[in-house]
Amino acid sequence: MTTVIRSIVVGAVLFAAGAVMLSRAKAGSDEFFPPVTDPLTRQECGGCHMAFPAGLLPARSWQKVMGELDNHFGDDASVDAATARQINTYLMAHAADSAGNGGMHRWLRGVSAAAAPQRITELPKWVREHREVARSDWTRKEVASKANCVACHVDAERGYFEDD
Amino acid sequence: MQRPLIVMFLAALAAMPAANAAPRDDILAGYAAQAKADDAAFGGFSATRGEALYRDRHGGGKPDTSSCTSCHGDKTRAAGRTPVGKAIDPVAVSVAPTRYTEPAKVEKWFRRNCREVLGRECTAREKGDWLAFMMTQ
Repeated sequence: MTTVIRSIVVGAVLFAAGAVMLSRAKAGSDEFFPPVTDPLTRQECGGCHMAFPAGLLPARSWQKVMGELDNHFGDDASVDAATARQINTYLMAHAADSAGNGGMHRWLRGVSAAAAPQRITELPKWVREHREVARSDWTRKEVASKANCVACHVDAERGYFEDD
Repeated sequence: MQRPLIVMFLAALAAMPAANAAPRDDILAGYAAQAKADDAAFGGFSATRGEALYRDRHGGGKPDTSSCTSCHGDKTRAAGRTPVGKAIDPVAVSVAPTRYTEPAKVEKWFRRNCREVLGRECTAREKGDWLAFMMTQ
């Protein structure tokens, strides 16, 4: 009898652990960031760099980005008004501090509510997650810039950012 | 009653192989009309001029992107790379047959990229020359 109970308990514990790991992998874990699902946003934001998951910045940051597209980190990335509206709607709905963030709120730990950071690579969490990356890795030719997530996170376009 | 429908269907079927090329021809025709309006002596686009535009180092734009080749690369049939590292589909029509078929998209990228490389927008003749070159590639 005790063997049966023991195996049931062990099975239940294993199942629970698996379920927890699965849910962590799916939402807001250190490894999964819901990718952009709106095709227009994906296309327009993914023209020059990867279309970064909306949950990587708070809504106030995206608002500033969208207001300054004609000088987007020094480049003209402006789009027509209808396109801008659709992208903005998507970003507002999926930003890190929005209801549809897919569990990304923890990503903003350490960011002041008054600040509207523009560079994802300057967020405290991003810096922390990359603190072990050697300087020589960043300067590798195929990396080119910190905006090139897929150079190391090969499945980043699908939202998976595990340590590769 | 069925006959006109069948005829229409067959006509549509016959037109399908050209479905990719037609929008590109329309875009070129638009640039040709504008080039003619800009300069009455305009005598057609030139792939040779287009290649020079593609490969030359230009002043006026950003130092990091002084040529089309800065991002698109020397080989038109190979993938290019943006300054931040994202791959760009090849520019040659032979390997990227869906390229240059959406007027708004073509205009958007000419506007952005000509400003980056030349420090100004491209003329209609330059755009047509560029496309003429890519269609030979």
